[in-house]
Amino acid sequence: MDTLSAPLTIAFDYTRSLGPVLGRFMAGLRERRVLGGRTSDGRVRVPPLEYDPDTHEPVTDFVEVSPTGTVLSWTWTDRLLEGQPLDRPFGWALIRLDGADTPLLHAVDAGTAEAMNTGMRVRIRWAASPVGHIRDIACFEPEPVGLPPLSHGRCDSGGSPTGTSDGDGGAAAAPPVTIMTTPIRLHYRHSTSVEESGYLRALAEGRITGRRCPVCRKVYVPPRVCPACGVATDEEVEVADRGTVTTFCVVNVPFAGQRLTPPYVVAQVLLDGADIPIPHLVLGVPAAEVRMGLRVTAVWRDRADWSTTPENIDHFEPSGEADAPYETFAEHL
Amino acid sequence: MRRAAVLGTGQTHHRTRRTDVSMAGLCREAIDRALADAGLGWEQIDAVVLGKAPDLFEGVMMPELFLASSIGAAGKPLLRVHTAGSVGGATAIVATSLVRAGVHRRVLAVAFEKQSESNAMWALSIQPPFSAPITAGAGGYFAPHIRSYIKRSGAPDHIGALVAVKDRRNGALNPYAHLRQPEITRESVQASTMLWDPVRYDETCPSSDGACAVVIGDQRAAESSVGQVAWIRATSMRTEPTFYAGKDHVNPRAGATAAAALWAAAGIKDPLDEVDVAELYVPFSWFEPMWLENVGFVGQGQGWKLVESGETALGGALPINPSGGVLCSNPIGASGLLRFAEAAMQVMGRAGEHQVAGASTALGHAYGGGSQFFSMWVVGRNPQ
Repeated sequence: MDTLSAPLTIAFDYTRSLGPVLGRFMAGLRERRVLGGRTSDGRVRVPPLEYDPDTHEPVTDFVEVSPTGTVLSWTWTDRLLEGQPLDRPFGWALIRLDGADTPLLHAVDAGTAEAMNTGMRVRIRWAASPVGHIRDIACFEPEPVGLPPLSHGRCDSGGSPTGTSDGDGGAAAAPPVTIMTTPIRLHYRHSTSVEESGYLRALAEGRITGRRCPVCRKVYVPPRVCPACGVATDEEVEVADRGTVTTFCVVNVPFAGQRLTPPYVVAQVLLDGADIPIPHLVLGVPAAEVRMGLRVTAVWRDRADWSTTPENIDHFEPSGEADAPYETFAEHL
Repeated sequence: MRRAAVLGTGQTHHRTRRTDVSMAGLCREAIDRALADAGLGWEQIDAVVLGKAPDLFEGVMMPELFLASSIGAAGKPLLRVHTAGSVGGATAIVATSLVRAGVHRRVLAVAFEKQSESNAMWALSIQPPFSAPITAGAGGYFAPHIRSYIKRSGAPDHIGALVAVKDRRNGALNPYAHLRQPEITRESVQASTMLWDPVRYDETCPSSDGACAVVIGDQRAAESSVGQVAWIRATSMRTEPTFYAGKDHVNPRAGATAAAALWAAAGIKDPLDEVDVAELYVPFSWFEPMWLENVGFVGQGQGWKLVESGETALGGALPINPSGGVLCSNPIGASGLLRFAEAAMQVMGRAGEHQVAGASTALGHAYGGGSQFFSMWVVGRNPQ
């Protein structure tokens, strides 16, 4: 049986606390200046490390390096992904800026792979309006041939850096950037198991199905590999669309991404015939009157709107039956 | 088994937003204090173990990669541990195991959370396709189980407020605590907003930025330590599925079996009598009576009575969370290690204003996931 799947996107604009070192680096970018950090081995690292890997001390010696540099190695990509620096094929390159001893990875807008080569000279293309963000470096571009080198000389590895030591002046005038927002978007294809797909397809027909574990004989809704016994559940069992509220909470708190307006009751509903409760909404009754043991029945949406989702059940509401005795659901708490 | 001991502990000032430091800077604040407390230099650390709760909290996949040089792991073994909210405890136990196995002499364990870079409520409420939109963060998850506890034990409604008052006042004695509320009262807690009924605002942990670090050493390292060490008498971890038919969310089997194994390994027959102070992982106040029962300090249904008697306050028979606990500071990834470190600080006699007089045996406890992971240790002023 083919299984059901659907896209899932998880996205958040994370707010990075940069701290004194990276905050300084970003402040430099805002002024179209690149700051490296000199570590105890004499090397200038770009971007700067926050702590010296040998002495473990905070890095405090900032060195301005050139916006031009040399490609040490590269690859070409024409398989573009969301969030990359360019929306057309480009070279991913390790670029050592003049005055730095370590390369940084960035995109080179070279047009074609044939225009890329190891040793090629490149320079930063700045964002139109730098704001103190890593994206202020829009990308790199090939440096026009024949231009004289900028004031910063090349730094051969092992040699002493020729960049300008920043000391307590220079970019120190720019206050460090405190927070940098980095939006992150993750796109998944969420796939269900064979068992869950069967359950969802039954829901599309207005039925609720579970499966019984062959070892412990418990009925799982939705069906799954028995978490207690570690074996596949085989026997399909149809359960009722009514059951007992084992326990619940009243959600009064609003939060990002919430799809319902508080307050609302989320209850654990033990469907008749099942051995594990499902969480669902209990509406049609004041929250203060919801109680453990309350008997409830599913309120289905219009049949025309049914699909392969538990949302076919809009919510549960009191069935009017007498409350279930505590002993009948105590072992499901 | 080889002996191991906590040589030093360190933690950050926990706050809602520590925008003055990066993740690396946050970790270093705790690490530098732990090394100073242990009287050790970086060259004496043989390996580093890093604990962190779900990566979605900061949106950084495998933070151990970019943190390696900042946390002193360059050229040394580095392990990352992840067991949801219990991870801080698991981190300490992994470090302890490396020492007890004779692999390393001194291991640095560090755990952190920089919650201000994201939103834990959002991160814990992701709605996958084919599900109903009903999740509501950790509070939404645990509140129904608290209701079950109240029903099962017959506890009066005010017990949760009593715990909140105690822990927040304890937090006021702890200079590192995020929430420090010496003026809080039972009435003010009960007047606070009901968030996830039956859990009120003041009965809920905050969202914190923070880190914690401990240095764990072998017997030789411990005996050459200048200051008092905390001997690790026993550790224990157990896991169970988040959901299964018959799962007891009020008294989880994994927590009970982990505790039973812990007491046996430590040679403790009567925990209530033999343990002087405990740091339990209590993110919602009602979990204090629940865990008192689950770890076996008292019998089923008796936890709330110990709370009500006042015996879990400072000066009582078994002070719980003299640091203020998770209710006062909750950098999730670090919260478990804070429980372990605070237990160690008590038997080392270095807990400052929230020191329990004469504490010689202490429990550190953590849990994580949907009451899925449990980790705990017993530390003592003496090795046995």
